[in-house]
Amino acid sequence: MTAILDINALCLSFGGQKVLDDVSLSVQPGERLALLGHNGAGKSTLFKTVLGFLRPSSGTVAVAGHAPGSNPAREALNYLPEVVSFQRNLSGREVLSYFSGLRGTPKTEVSDLLARVGLLDAADRPVGAYSKGMRQRLGLAQALIGAPRLLLLDEPTSGLDPVSRHEFYEVIADAAARGSAVLLSSHGLEEVQDKTDRIAILARGQLKAEGTLADLAQEAGLPITIRISAKPGAADDLHGEFGGRRINGCRLDLDCGQGTKVDLLARLGRHQDRLRDIEICPPGLTDIYRHFSRMGPTEDQI
Amino acid sequence: MSTRIGTVFGQELRQARRNLWVILATAVLGLFALALALFGAGQGSGLKVDVLTLTAVSLATLSVYLIPLIALLMSYDSISGEVERGSLALTFATPVRRWEVFVGKFLAQTVAVCVAILIAFGTVGCIIGFLAEVSQEGVYAWLRLMLSAGGLGAIFVGTGLMLSALTGRTARAAAAAVGVWLLLVVLYDVALLGAIMAAGEGIFSTHVFPWLVIANPADAFRLYNLAMIDAAPVAGIDGLSQTLPFPPVAALAALGLWLMATIAIGSARTKRIVP
Repeated sequence: MTAILDINALCLSFGGQKVLDDVSLSVQPGERLALLGHNGAGKSTLFKTVLGFLRPSSGTVAVAGHAPGSNPAREALNYLPEVVSFQRNLSGREVLSYFSGLRGTPKTEVSDLLARVGLLDAADRPVGAYSKGMRQRLGLAQALIGAPRLLLLDEPTSGLDPVSRHEFYEVIADAAARGSAVLLSSHGLEEVQDKTDRIAILARGQLKAEGTLADLAQEAGLPITIRISAKPGAADDLHGEFGGRRINGCRLDLDCGQGTKVDLLARLGRHQDRLRDIEICPPGLTDIYRHFSRMGPTEDQI
Repeated sequence: MSTRIGTVFGQELRQARRNLWVILATAVLGLFALALALFGAGQGSGLKVDVLTLTAVSLATLSVYLIPLIALLMSYDSISGEVERGSLALTFATPVRRWEVFVGKFLAQTVAVCVAILIAFGTVGCIIGFLAEVSQEGVYAWLRLMLSAGGLGAIFVGTGLMLSALTGRTARAAAAAVGVWLLLVVLYDVALLGAIMAAGEGIFSTHVFPWLVIANPADAFRLYNLAMIDAAPVAGIDGLSQTLPFPPVAALAALGLWLMATIAIGSARTKRIVP
């Protein structure tokens, strides 16, 4: 299958500073790709380039095979910006009718979309009276008008409570199941875990990693930490034998790779009489994300 | 194309109505027109023209101040405000063409201004007709006033939108709108009067000056309305209306050129906005 969104060696500079540096990625129909990065990593700039609002310094972007911003490209994609604001004195239904009219889709779709995001009851109230979560869901409904081939969602769930967030991803999964390619950005790996098919990590305009979560975990090669609680007085002996980091009088942290974990545990087993507890901590999602987003020569401390 | 312009048009018109712009503009224009009509009725018996004609003359002079102000206030924020709020990014991400957004907004706000003018001046015209003798010439003068006032409103809606698209920021668009109003409505006349005083009789006053007057849409509007009325009691620059080197309709052509220029520049500029 051909990619709906195809970005190739994209560079973009503002006043001599590179905001995007050699970014290449693609999204297939029905696929959800999460773009992770800190504030200022270039996520929103990437979206604006795909929308055709900003012109690349070099490299190419193709939306369904067309130049970004061209008429067929705009017909293929729908967009939800990071900060969404609608006219406060229009109702939710009027807002959706407006965008439906601009896209030339039947108005009958509007009620169905309002139901899909759970806003049917509030449809005729003015948007000014909506909560932040409701406005965000209205934004999502707007982005689903006319079964888009490419969905661009810029931090769609920022500021939402966990329940709304979960519902949001269900609607997005539903859209992907209907064949939309989804590119969404987010701050954290925890948030998009199990919610997207692939993950790309952007830091300082450069693509640091791309793949499934399992791929990223493997590529990062972060150590597994084995946390030992020793019986009183035994910690020094264990530290002497196994090394590692002393946390306090009776605790010791050992790092090991995936391959040596079982071996290490077997060796620890021989000191059963000195151990009170063993805890195995695989690298967390935050660790993986920080590993990639901090890589590179100009490493900054977070 | 027509569906998309219609969508933008409908949305903008709804906004103008909900923001009470139409009601406010109607009330302001209606009250001023009524006041002038009553003033005209008070002195009308002493002059050879009827109240309707007399009020049309004074209302043409007042409209030059009010209508551009109303039209600019309605339009200056329309594009820059949406850029700042971020809602224009959503609109520009859809298949709508940028010029369609500009034209849709222009049409809706022009209709809003024209509806206000028609209701306000129409009502006052009827009241005058009900209270006083009305000549055929007076009715024509009043109709010309309403139609050309609509044209003047359209030009300044186009100007406000153009400034909004050019600046892209509400604060700057507001400053530009105030500046344009002062320049075209107030300062331009003062400068022209100064120039004609300095130049005295000569080529300038007979051949250059009239063209300079109709180059300004506000003056062109007033000149058109006054020149079409033979008995108009006029003074200052407006005295020109009785010695024009061209037919009064040329002033309308000048208004048309202004309108096309603002729409062309505004549409072109809207294409280059980064929302």
